[in-house]
Amino acid sequence: MRPLVAALLALAVVSPAALAAAPRASLPDIEDEVMCLECGTALNVSNSAVADQEREFIAQLITQGKTKRQVKAALVQEYGPRVLAEPSDNGFDLTAWLVPVLAALGALAIVLSTARRWRRARPAAAAGDEPALDPDDARRLDAELASFDR
Amino acid sequence: MRARVYWPVTLAAALLVGLLAYGVTTTGTDTTLDSAMARGERVEPPTSAALPVLGDDGSGSLADYEGKVVLVNVWASWCDPCRDELPLIEKAHERLAAHGGTVLGIDVKENSGAALKAVRHFGLTYPNLRDRDGSFVREWGQTGYPENYVIDRDGKVAAVRRFPVTQKWLDETLEPLLDEPA
Repeated sequence: MRPLVAALLALAVVSPAALAAAPRASLPDIEDEVMCLECGTALNVSNSAVADQEREFIAQLITQGKTKRQVKAALVQEYGPRVLAEPSDNGFDLTAWLVPVLAALGALAIVLSTARRWRRARPAAAAGDEPALDPDDARRLDAELASFDR
Repeated sequence: MRARVYWPVTLAAALLVGLLAYGVTTTGTDTTLDSAMARGERVEPPTSAALPVLGDDGSGSLADYEGKVVLVNVWASWCDPCRDELPLIEKAHERLAAHGGTVLGIDVKENSGAALKAVRHFGLTYPNLRDRDGSFVREWGQTGYPENYVIDRDGKVAAVRRFPVTQKWLDETLEPLLDEPA
């Protein structure tokens, strides 16, 4: 009796965790993460014969009860790493991950530097730091103003 | 301020141009082989890299067939023109095998289950290797399916056919090579 209770308890604890870790795979869920090797597009928008064969292969694995991770591993085994619609994290493929991050950092640096320049320029303008009037112009202005007083 | 911005912007632009150039040069079709054939030259194969054997654990390469006339047949079971020419290719293999030569199939971009089904269906008796993602045939300047490359007894590429073969082409291409001394 005790082993049975222990087994039931273990099942109760393990099953939800196992189910959460390995959700049931589905073709629509996998299709957009896999490439049609011949067309160079994601499988969910490909209608070629190669794409049909890849879909058939995935459907067979799903029927066998494989998880999404297992299906993707089998795809890489059969077609090579290029079958996955995400670049690998080594070699030249690394640029696909790095370039967007570097571009975002560059854009952020430009925005910050521009904002800093604006902030520096504004108080100066507000403090009335305009250039002094040319002496000739000042004399003319005084003369003009004096003519109104007459 | 202008000088401070100039170099980072120039460097970033140069990097982007370099990236673009790399992408263009590595994805374009290599026509070296076709140019050599047009000049009537025989050249070394663009690559003899080892590939996994279809339906087996080992690997194989062109280097395994030194001194033999080899007809390299690029195919896939999802390609109808490839399936149409497979009976001709099998016949060519029987003829080559009688003279110590062989056909070497290169199955491209498909799972081994589908390829083996076609091998059984067409009763293919020659060895087949797997180019899982097409990187091997890309080096041969592949433009479509099927394609056939003929290797002479010196291991050089003697002929390239970038569309389905005919019996006439096979006769005219293979016979003279089989007559050449090793």
